[in-house]
Amino acid sequence: MSAAAHRSANPDGRIADNIVYFARALRKAGMRVGPASVVDAIEAVLAASIGSRDDFYWTLHAVLVTRREDHETFDEAFRLFWKSRELIEKMIAMFSPVALAQREKQKPRAAEHRVGQALFEAHRKQQTEDPKPEIEIDARLTVSGNEVLRAKDFAQMSADELAQARKAIAQLRLPHDEVKTRRYRPDPRGGRIDPRAMMRSAARTGGQLMLPRFREPRTVHPPLVVLADISGSMSQYSRVFLHFLHALAENRRRVHTFVFGTRLTNLTRQMRHRDPDLALADAALAVKDWAGGTRIGDTLREFNRLWSRRVLGQGAVVMLITDGLERDDVTGLSEEMERLRKSCRRLIWLNPLLRFDGFEARARGVRAMLPHVDEFRPVHTLNALSDLCASLSAGRAGGVDVKRWLADAERRAA
Amino acid sequence: MTEPRGIPTSIDATLDLLAGADYVADRSLATVLFLGLKMKRPLFLEGEAGVGKTEIAKVLASALGRRLIRLQCYEGLDVSSAVYEWNYAAQMIEIRMEEAAGKVDRKDMERNVFSERYLIRRPVLEALTGKPGAAPVFLIDELDRTDEAFEAYLLEILSDFQVTVPELGTIKAEEPPIVVITTNRTREIHDALKRRCLYHWVEYPDAERELEIVRRKVPQANRRLSAEVVAFIQKLRQIDLFKAPGVAETIDWASALTELDKVALDPETVSDTIGVLLKYQDDIARIEQGEGRRILKEVKAELSTAAQ
Repeated sequence: MSAAAHRSANPDGRIADNIVYFARALRKAGMRVGPASVVDAIEAVLAASIGSRDDFYWTLHAVLVTRREDHETFDEAFRLFWKSRELIEKMIAMFSPVALAQREKQKPRAAEHRVGQALFEAHRKQQTEDPKPEIEIDARLTVSGNEVLRAKDFAQMSADELAQARKAIAQLRLPHDEVKTRRYRPDPRGGRIDPRAMMRSAARTGGQLMLPRFREPRTVHPPLVVLADISGSMSQYSRVFLHFLHALAENRRRVHTFVFGTRLTNLTRQMRHRDPDLALADAALAVKDWAGGTRIGDTLREFNRLWSRRVLGQGAVVMLITDGLERDDVTGLSEEMERLRKSCRRLIWLNPLLRFDGFEARARGVRAMLPHVDEFRPVHTLNALSDLCASLSAGRAGGVDVKRWLADAERRAA
Repeated sequence: MTEPRGIPTSIDATLDLLAGADYVADRSLATVLFLGLKMKRPLFLEGEAGVGKTEIAKVLASALGRRLIRLQCYEGLDVSSAVYEWNYAAQMIEIRMEEAAGKVDRKDMERNVFSERYLIRRPVLEALTGKPGAAPVFLIDELDRTDEAFEAYLLEILSDFQVTVPELGTIKAEEPPIVVITTNRTREIHDALKRRCLYHWVEYPDAERELEIVRRKVPQANRRLSAEVVAFIQKLRQIDLFKAPGVAETIDWASALTELDKVALDPETVSDTIGVLLKYQDDIARIEQGEGRRILKEVKAELSTAAQ
């Protein structure tokens, strides 16, 4: 870093140091800024040569921000960090050789300190927010549209559980889980000629012998998008879900994880943690509506509008884990389900309540959603992850005939 | 094609360059573009469909007098259609010819069969052929459509600007191309690739800039009409539609209305031509159900107060 900065600046100059501090502040604020980007940032500032504050802003922005979501963080940090008007002017002065003589040594240090304090204070404030006491309510078969924000603390995963979970996931065979790609791999029994391999082997014999080689389309797992309900009525299952989701994300490449109660939270990044306990703790922090109410229609709408085009590409399979207990108002739910189904390759609904007898009577949300799923699967006991995997792995027989189930429900209701 | 020009020397010069080619950019974009050119870094442009990401590369190529090489990404894009391919039929014939001539020297044959003559260059290899001072603009369009495997391969190309053809050797660019990568965010691109690039989120333009774009792209449009069109679309973007109209739609709509000899917007025209702007049935239904009228009324009111 210093080498780049020293190329044209005074060795006592503070600009490179300040950029390093700034990058560190951004990292603390949750942006992923590595040492390499700091070097880039300094080079970029040298290349663009600081003109106005705006140019300086966009120069750093170009290098340090790599996701749109980070824009706000950067904006706020920039405002705080490069607050002092004189500081910018001093930096300009640092770059112009004439002004070097008058530069005082003490002042920038003070500014650094002050900005650092301001930044860390903001950081501390975020951290000291007290976790609210955990309240456990068994709210099966109840439903609420009220937003209740609650923190959640999960028991740590035991080694035994972990081993079981891995085993269960290894055995998991989702139905329709392989898609052909347009890439090929060599296969002696393949159905297509591989001219390139033929030519290479022909060259080996000097063209005397040209034997056919074959190739086959490669198959891959399609992306998997999981939408899990964590509202009050599902709260007793959420730990199992999260273990399941974590194990799944560990095993397959393209898994996107969302949880919803009254709002939608994307847990994909959190679930990438190698350690399940850390991942769960992260997830617990990220989600604000543990065991609160349910707004399936609204959250699905949000998913459709903001996320579906980002994560449902390339033939994704959507797994919806919910009991379907929506509050009374089910307008829009059916439309959102229809849109969801139409934008993915396969929509699988996993319902832990299917085993209860009193289920159909109150299931208005279910009736709105059911016509739009490809597969409807019960989960008998959701106390262990292996049950979840078993019910997912079962072939067509494991599912419920959607049409017949609906007709039965109609009859019983009448 | 015009003579290749050197890269601009400051952010202001970059702005002028773009304006000269009828691209109305804001200062943030010009900054990123300038840095990309100066630091020889790929530009990574993300944004909603129709905000002019692809256009940047085209404008850059024409303003700098460089060749534009475009690689349209799609699922299953592989080395043989993106980088290079051998001309197998011609190679077969070459082998047969040599056989007929009675030559059986293996080394010789290998050299003849795998020579540049039979190499079919695809966009990536083409992009590495730039001469100093005249490196082409290499547009990698809609990178999110391809799969991760190709992304990883691209990573290698973008860091060294060289391609290894096993039968031929390594081909290295004399001068690295000006790389512009665009994505629509239908998938997250890996951080490692983004880290090598300068990132920029291309935003919808503000009213003033959009009006300037319409003036430049549809010069025959009536002044009042274009003001109304821009104000209407700006308002449309504020309500949460499934897909908000982009700048491309603005231009299309303005030229469609001009073709229809309209000088001002009225509710009937809006509902007759709404298909140019909105492409989802839900959105269209919503606008037809009165929200369109409300927005139009607001637009008219605002414009008339502004005129006074």
